[in-house]
Amino acid sequence: MKEYDLVIIGGGSAGLSSAIGAYDEGLRSILIIEKDKFLGGILLQCIHNGFGLEVFKSELTGPEYAFRLEEMVKSRNINLLNNTIVTSIDNDKIIKCINDLDGIIEIKAKAIICSTGAMERTKEAINIPGDRPNGVLTAGLAQKYMNIDGYLIGKRIFILGSGDIGLIMAKRMTLEGANVIGVAEIMPYSNGLSRNIVQCLHDFNIPLYLKHTVKKIIGKANLERIIISKVDDDFNYIDGTDIEIECDALLLSVGLIPYNPLLEKLNIIIDPITKGPVVNSHYETSIKGIFACGNGLHVHDLVDNVTKESMIAGKYAAKYVNEQVNINDSFKMESGKMISYVLPQIGFVNEEVEVSFRVKTPLENKYIEIYQNDAIIKRVKKNFLLPSEMVRIHFSTSSNSVIRIGVSDA
Amino acid sequence: MPDLICIVCPRGCKLHVENDVVTGNMCPRGIKYGLDEVNNPMRLFTSTVSVLNGMINRVPVKSDRYIPKNSVFDLINEIRKVEIKAPVYINQIIIENCLGLCNIIATRNIMKRG
Amino acid sequence: MYDIIIVGAGVVGSMIARTLSKYNLRILVLEKENDVAAGTSGANSAILHSGYDPLPNTLKAKLNVIGNSLYDDICKELDIEIIRNGSLTIARNDEEERILDELLLRAKKNGVDAIIIDKDKVLELEPNITKNVKSALYAKRAGIINPFELCVGLMENAIENKVEFLLNSEVINIVKKDNYYVYTNKNEYITKAVINCAGLYADDINNMVCENKINIKPRRGEYLVLDHFDDNFIKHVIFTVPSSKGKGVLLTPTTAYNYLIGPSSNFVDSKDDVSTSKDVLENVKEKANMIIDNIPYKHIIKQFSGNRAVSDKDDFIIEESQPGFINVAGIQSPGLVAAPAIAVEVENMIKKSFKLELRKDYSPYRKQVIRFNRLSKVDQQKLIDENKQYGNIVCRCEVVTEAEIRDSIRRSCGAKSVRGVKIRTRAGFGRCQGGFCQSRVIKILAEELNIDVSLVDYDKLNSPVMKKLGK
Repeated sequence: MKEYDLVIIGGGSAGLSSAIGAYDEGLRSILIIEKDKFLGGILLQCIHNGFGLEVFKSELTGPEYAFRLEEMVKSRNINLLNNTIVTSIDNDKIIKCINDLDGIIEIKAKAIICSTGAMERTKEAINIPGDRPNGVLTAGLAQKYMNIDGYLIGKRIFILGSGDIGLIMAKRMTLEGANVIGVAEIMPYSNGLSRNIVQCLHDFNIPLYLKHTVKKIIGKANLERIIISKVDDDFNYIDGTDIEIECDALLLSVGLIPYNPLLEKLNIIIDPITKGPVVNSHYETSIKGIFACGNGLHVHDLVDNVTKESMIAGKYAAKYVNEQVNINDSFKMESGKMISYVLPQIGFVNEEVEVSFRVKTPLENKYIEIYQNDAIIKRVKKNFLLPSEMVRIHFSTSSNSVIRIGVSDA
Repeated sequence: MPDLICIVCPRGCKLHVENDVVTGNMCPRGIKYGLDEVNNPMRLFTSTVSVLNGMINRVPVKSDRYIPKNSVFDLINEIRKVEIKAPVYINQIIIENCLGLCNIIATRNIMKRG
Repeated sequence: MYDIIIVGAGVVGSMIARTLSKYNLRILVLEKENDVAAGTSGANSAILHSGYDPLPNTLKAKLNVIGNSLYDDICKELDIEIIRNGSLTIARNDEEERILDELLLRAKKNGVDAIIIDKDKVLELEPNITKNVKSALYAKRAGIINPFELCVGLMENAIENKVEFLLNSEVINIVKKDNYYVYTNKNEYITKAVINCAGLYADDINNMVCENKINIKPRRGEYLVLDHFDDNFIKHVIFTVPSSKGKGVLLTPTTAYNYLIGPSSNFVDSKDDVSTSKDVLENVKEKANMIIDNIPYKHIIKQFSGNRAVSDKDDFIIEESQPGFINVAGIQSPGLVAAPAIAVEVENMIKKSFKLELRKDYSPYRKQVIRFNRLSKVDQQKLIDENKQYGNIVCRCEVVTEAEIRDSIRRSCGAKSVRGVKIRTRAGFGRCQGGFCQSRVIKILAEELNIDVSLVDYDKLNSPVMKKLGK
């Protein structure tokens, strides 16, 4: 059986970045296992620009960002195993994986980083009533067909969900000759970056129907029509607001969910809000020596944050292997009313903790406040906060009482 | 005259531009953005080009500089005419001086198939 | 000219085709959709009922019990997964316990091995059952099967035994002259006998040519599917006592270790309407919550619905309605489990009007199906050594290999669409519903079928997923 100090499952932005973090902390016995032929994960199909402003101080496209990370990994001589799928991890950190050259491989690791990314929320998961024709698919899958294979998925397209993937696909499909009829968003505000609202919708006069959702899918072999409807504050359909739209494709951009069947089999503790593993500020899960980072841990909007987070995960995985981790006292971290989640969920005393969180609704002129023992230990002013933009803040404390992250008026 | 969302920072001020006068901005950067968007909106162009004999059939490309927003469809038509043979390398010029606006360059390495 | 034309390739049509394929008969099966099991047979509870439920002395009762017993051989011959996990029909109050006593009597009359067990024993067998349970009817011979695999296996074997099978062939008229003239949307055929297994459309087929008309009404059942998360959450098929609307909401594991919850039961207007609705599924959940505690709905990966063919008669219609025209209609529950016995009934009818000779080269077996994910590490490695395509996992969620997918396309009655691959291999049935694997499945289909990816269908004919860029 092969042995490595650190095995990283997933060679996308998180996996590559964590490998760099571990290597730079001194670890040398590292293996990245990647299911595809190429490294880079989902970045390879994100051919638009806007990546790397923070990490590389450049405006890069997805493939270019992936290439930079790949070069950094290759220049460090980190071991790679491509075209290989991990089918199980057991409690002794024995990883079973399969490829067509080596067959079944078992690898023993001292530490494991799970960076298996996220999957898209499916049409079945959101249960749009109606028929099951061809032509209803997730925006990311349509993006793969378009950008990797060079095929459209329809000529008259409607998009459900105004998250960035949906907006980007609205522009992409329009450029490639499709008619994007509109985007429906169930919330009263869009989930995407305003830059994308402008450059993907306004540029092409694509209407955005806020507080609307798809009520029915109609079509036998192929999608023929959809019915969209306005919803009230409780997301119930409002009578008399139905609009019937003829289209041959409905793209769903309704969210990403961390994809961790390997960890779930180990009965790891999963956070019901993020849907990813609960981790401490070393990005270690509830199983010692198993770490998680990237979209497989919680869904990110900027790949730069994935890199920052994953480098920290890699660093601590290396420290874990080298038994250099001080087991300090730990404290729980909780989110206040206006915050949907905080991550990590556990911090260590007398250590810098880097927290990520998202607000539940768009807010303006607020203080982010970190509470402990009924006192504010840190406060940062933010002029504007959006649910679609993850906020990162760092602090440290010497107390092990519960930390609460909240928002208050400025 | 148009209403725009400023995208210079996440605040997203709603700008109104009339006769080259910008209102609604909360900072001076919005004035430049508003005027540029109305008089000369520019975008970075990204798309894919067909590849022959490569590990995959499309190479992602971009314009090597910002180009006028209104010429995106013309650029699409130009890159549709092109089929490039693998291998293709990052930053390789796929179309030189496309429509006098920019070079179209590859943003990914595509190796030969087989 | 054919001896027999079978209309419909659901479980009944496929079973009859396979059963009759052992004889020297020229048989043609006409299916209007793009695959087997496209109707009710592809959207049901997948249960092999023990047979306590149908009223004694009905065809339903008789054929349920006989059919159940025939499945072991069929599954062995055709390498189809079957799990005899047994069923528990629970009673939560006095009234329900009274009904259980009736069901026990019925079981005895129908020749079904069933006993009533007390609360403690029930909870021992199924710890997650509602604590309100008082007792249960336990039928050991109930089981679960993969209905897609069943229909595919039956038709594959029939084809290997020289049955002809045409997809996308809708029968639009039948005229009786000296023989039966069967007209489809594509062609016309002459046959001595017609066997009508057209499910929801059996009335249309019958009414084209028979004097006595049949009327079929669609009754819809909607289901929820939970992803596999714990093989021990529920082990048996769990029923509540039946009502006039049917067996009611049940919960069961599937052969893929998912969990099925449902069905609802409402008559609908259109036979084609297999849409799902939020309200109905909420109702299914409410009922399910009264059967099993703490159902983890966060694992829901799919909703689907199927329509049952409900005729005017309470019982199955299996009869030679006029010389040479056999109706097998109104096959609602327990149609799936009864199918082998239904086929034997039809075989006996055919024996009366045809001089039957056994074919010398008949084989009841089909080639073994490799289910890679179920195999031991040693067996998996052996396979990869022989064929490296077993080392390429295409569907991550269900762990399905490239070799299995190619095989599913190459066999007789092979997959021709994305859905075809899905129902034969489970690729795309998992939590991501094809998000990761669909593009590879399409490429493999294109290679195997020697067509461009833009011609690979999602499900029905002419439903391509990938469309060429315009110029």
